[in-house]
Amino acid sequence: MKIHEYQGKQLLKKFGVAVPRGVFCQSVDEAVKAAESLGGNLWVVKAQIHAGGRGKGGGVKVAKSLDEVREFAGQILGMQLVTHQTGPVGQKVRRLLIEEGADIRKEYYVAALTDRTTQTVAMMASSEGGMDIEKVAHDTPEKILKVFVDPEEGLSAKQAAELATGIGVPAASIDSAVAALQGLFKCYMETDASLAEINPLILEGNGNIKAIDAKFNFDSNALYRQPEIMAFRDLDEEDPDELEASKHDLSYISLDGNIGCLVNGAGLAMATMDTIKYFGAEPANFLDVGGGATTDKVTSAFQIMLKNPKVKGILVNIFGGIMRCDTIATGVVAAARETHLSVPLVVRMKGTNEDIGKKILSDSGLPIITADSMADAATKIVAAVK
Amino acid sequence: MSILINKDTKIITQGMTGKTGQFHTEKCQEYANGKNCFVAGVNPKKAGESLLGIPIFGSVKDAAAETGATVSVIYVPPPGAAAAIWEAVEADLDLVVCITEGIPVRDMLVVRNRMKKREAAGGKKTLLLGPNCPGLITPDEVKIGIMPGHIHRHGRIGVVSRSGTLTYEAVGQLTEIGLGQSTAVGTGGDPINGLKHIDIMRLFNDDPDTDAVIMIGEIGGPDEADAAMWCKANMKKPIVGFIAGVTAPAGKRMGHAGALISGGADTADAKLAIMEECGFTVTRDPSEMGKLIKKLI
Repeated sequence: MKIHEYQGKQLLKKFGVAVPRGVFCQSVDEAVKAAESLGGNLWVVKAQIHAGGRGKGGGVKVAKSLDEVREFAGQILGMQLVTHQTGPVGQKVRRLLIEEGADIRKEYYVAALTDRTTQTVAMMASSEGGMDIEKVAHDTPEKILKVFVDPEEGLSAKQAAELATGIGVPAASIDSAVAALQGLFKCYMETDASLAEINPLILEGNGNIKAIDAKFNFDSNALYRQPEIMAFRDLDEEDPDELEASKHDLSYISLDGNIGCLVNGAGLAMATMDTIKYFGAEPANFLDVGGGATTDKVTSAFQIMLKNPKVKGILVNIFGGIMRCDTIATGVVAAARETHLSVPLVVRMKGTNEDIGKKILSDSGLPIITADSMADAATKIVAAVK
Repeated sequence: MSILINKDTKIITQGMTGKTGQFHTEKCQEYANGKNCFVAGVNPKKAGESLLGIPIFGSVKDAAAETGATVSVIYVPPPGAAAAIWEAVEADLDLVVCITEGIPVRDMLVVRNRMKKREAAGGKKTLLLGPNCPGLITPDEVKIGIMPGHIHRHGRIGVVSRSGTLTYEAVGQLTEIGLGQSTAVGTGGDPINGLKHIDIMRLFNDDPDTDAVIMIGEIGGPDEADAAMWCKANMKKPIVGFIAGVTAPAGKRMGHAGALISGGADTADAKLAIMEECGFTVTRDPSEMGKLIKKLI
């Protein structure tokens, strides 16, 4: 689960990482009042959406007067902000962060994330802050420093100081940088984050170290014990179809093709999508119906897939184990009737009670095309939509 | 022979008295020698009782001491699952199979680091399979986990995959063309887990009753590439490889900092290329996995 920058900064502050003073706003008037209360003569008006690349898309502006705060807040609030992470439609801006300006002398990059190879937490730092870090990793990997931290021992002051020195933090500001790095690590662990990234972390003219941005992602398996994080959830930022699917305990991701697919198991679902592509078409979605598929669940899955106007055919691929093929067949027939299915439907079933399942499909009187293998199923659905 | 488990394996079930644990324990008992293999359950509140004819003990240590069991399987719900793994490790078991899906990553990080430190300090090496895995099966001998037993058949092909139904797909294809399996192993879909592809490939390589292996992977993480590199230098048996997720969108499952640390080698295309380079017979059509193995042996 992702959160907004202003929420991420609240978390960082709680764990001792310095952040600029700022106020979260939802209207232009609130934005102007916020700037007044912050004082000074320089403010940053920042669009709050979950996607990155906001600055380049025109969602971050520096205002030198209250009039400019009003002007920029008016422009940004309600705009469809398009960045490299939003897709061409962009994301509507509903929230703003008004912050005091910062006296930036140097920008760094720091992040915490789980490293699968060492099974530890990797703390990463780079002197190349403010840049696209993937580009830095590709062009100049030596400019990214990493230390691997035992989750129970934590990031020692020595490790943190090594990172800070390594990325060129001046001696007078090392203590401040160590506090920021240790705070970031603690925050990462205690909130069950899967990624915590500050880009940039800045050095100010007075030697202070501050987090200018905050990007978090959280482990969805741990949200049950993180009520504070759950309260940050912003449903406006989530894909409505994926959200609807999750309510029915379905794992759904929409894609660009025209063949909807319904599969049990994530690995088999990906393999089914790949088979569709291998035989010359593109999948419209990933959909894992999970282990205990009831008629209701299958019907919801059909409704969600069919909401996508691009869908010209559906492929159902089930490997019956504990979940029996006859249960799924009954669900598929009911769902096809309930949704008045008008696009071709190919069903491939294997495993437990396969024969009973196939009989239920053929007895239904519906124009369901059955298939024996995944290749057979993909060939048939690709032919049917052409 | 087989790898990791056989008809003489004695197994403790942690979480046996829960709904899922009970359902699958019954299925495992019904399969091949299961009645003799599943010898103990664990539940501190029900010590002294029995369920499905299996005695329940207050702790894994007690269960192991009383029954001589060396393997445990875990169905404990996510909040307590990592503690259940640690309890089995502290009881010096040989193998712990964790079926539970949805364990917080932080809990797995902590338990894996404790396991490594215990081993480094001279403690017994306990293997962990999973979590979030279907388990493993040596056909016609014993099954530990949630896979449908009836699709398997005893034979000489090893199967390893992360996911459940994709493993069943490979097994189903093999059985259909008359090729049995030595052992089929699901390593699980979580980022922080125990045994990886490379560990299972090592075991299949050393198993005199495995002639060839189907290795199935997915997008994300370095496991398949690590295994491929090891196989290139060491594996004496033919391998068919498949990676799921050629069509999976970037960034949906992986944060970009995650892709950064693995060096960008964790797309399906990259993994397929590495496997091919390392001598695997790779396919982009998962319907072909069984047929390709038949050609190789």
